[in-house]
Amino acid sequence: MFDWKWDFTIQILPRLLEATLNTLMAAGFGYLIALVVGLFFALAQRTPFRLLTVMVREFVEMIRSTPLILQIFFVFYVGPQFGVRLSPWTAGMTAIGLHYAAYLSEVYRAGLDSVPKGQWEACIALNLSVPRTYFKIIIPQAIPNIIPGLGNYLVGIFKDSPMLSVIGVTELFHVATAIGAETYRFLEPYTLVGAIFLAISLPAAMSIRRFEDWVRASLGMKKLYTKD
Amino acid sequence: MQEYAEFLMAYGPRFADGAVVTLQQAGLGTLLAVVVALTTGFMKISPILPVRWLGIAYIEVFRGTSLLVQLYWIFFVLPLFGLTLGKFTAGFLALGLNLGAYGAELVRGGVQSVPRGQYEAAIALGMGPFKRMRRIIFPQALLNMLPPWGNLLIELLKSTALVALISVSDLMFESKQINMTTFQSAQAFGTALIIYYVMARCIITPGMRWLERRLALKLSRG
Repeated sequence: MFDWKWDFTIQILPRLLEATLNTLMAAGFGYLIALVVGLFFALAQRTPFRLLTVMVREFVEMIRSTPLILQIFFVFYVGPQFGVRLSPWTAGMTAIGLHYAAYLSEVYRAGLDSVPKGQWEACIALNLSVPRTYFKIIIPQAIPNIIPGLGNYLVGIFKDSPMLSVIGVTELFHVATAIGAETYRFLEPYTLVGAIFLAISLPAAMSIRRFEDWVRASLGMKKLYTKD
Repeated sequence: MQEYAEFLMAYGPRFADGAVVTLQQAGLGTLLAVVVALTTGFMKISPILPVRWLGIAYIEVFRGTSLLVQLYWIFFVLPLFGLTLGKFTAGFLALGLNLGAYGAELVRGGVQSVPRGQYEAAIALGMGPFKRMRRIIFPQALLNMLPPWGNLLIELLKSTALVALISVSDLMFESKQINMTTFQSAQAFGTALIIYYVMARCIITPGMRWLERRLALKLSRG
């Protein structure tokens, strides 16, 4: 019943590890897009232009409440219909980047909103310019509240990257499926994929907590997880 | 516009069939997720160490790997151990087990957010541990954790789209099939996007608001 084959495991491991690099690259690159675009989404919702604010808000809500996998298909297949042909990588990065940008914009928004109103009022009273208000006063105080959210979504984007396999991005899950199809053995490839994911996401989550504490400590705040 | 109306006339029923399967998956997945979350959430705050470790292990394993990987594992690997599940069952099983692990953290957080004084008052009134949890702590915890549960249920609804990959004929699956036969990708996927959006905004969000109001009223805070 239980027939785990070690020689087969060793044989497929290099291919899976190579694909893991692709997964990490996809997650990292998608995350970079999300960090930047998410900031624009968040700031656009703070402008006084009512129409822009409402449109961005609705767009973010729409992205957040529909499945990522559907969005990946949408970006990949709708382009060619209008004459724009995207490679799986481009389409995948666009879709996953935009999806997480919507989530990160909420993190930014909550972080900025968490700074007490008095801080804003003090900036106005001291006649600080808008950039100075943001960069010197508000953002430094918002950062400790933003980091846990940013960290969670970094792990999240990594765990969602297998979805890119459906449009043929050759990441870990795609390679495991290919191995399964070639050899008719699914036990080892899929179990290894699970193990690799666990081996990366658990330490990642842990180091994010450490990083969070490090930031809090360097801003003179109380540490939450680690002791000195 | 005319074209899209014709498209809807031709394929509307298939979208509707898919939407029903999606709702079934989401409903069954939610039931299982709630049971799993309550069980493992309480295990994680149990005073008995091995029970706590078991709870933590479950939560970390299911949160640390992807839902897609878990779904494929349940569908393709479990049969090798002699446990063959239908695709529909495998679908909501993976959903419930995965989202339940996320829910467990909400249960734990909710219970721990109830002020210390409530425990002390319950002890002072001579309530045993079970009565204390059932009558005093849990109702208040439930009210605290309902808003994040709303977000989790939206996540669950979105995650149902993955069951299309083991060919459960849900909304995602139907829209993919329609796309393949018509090559009208914008219409096929766009319609599905809108249906998912409407489900989240018009069923889950108002439903959770209603639950919150009911519960707050019951705890006479409304």
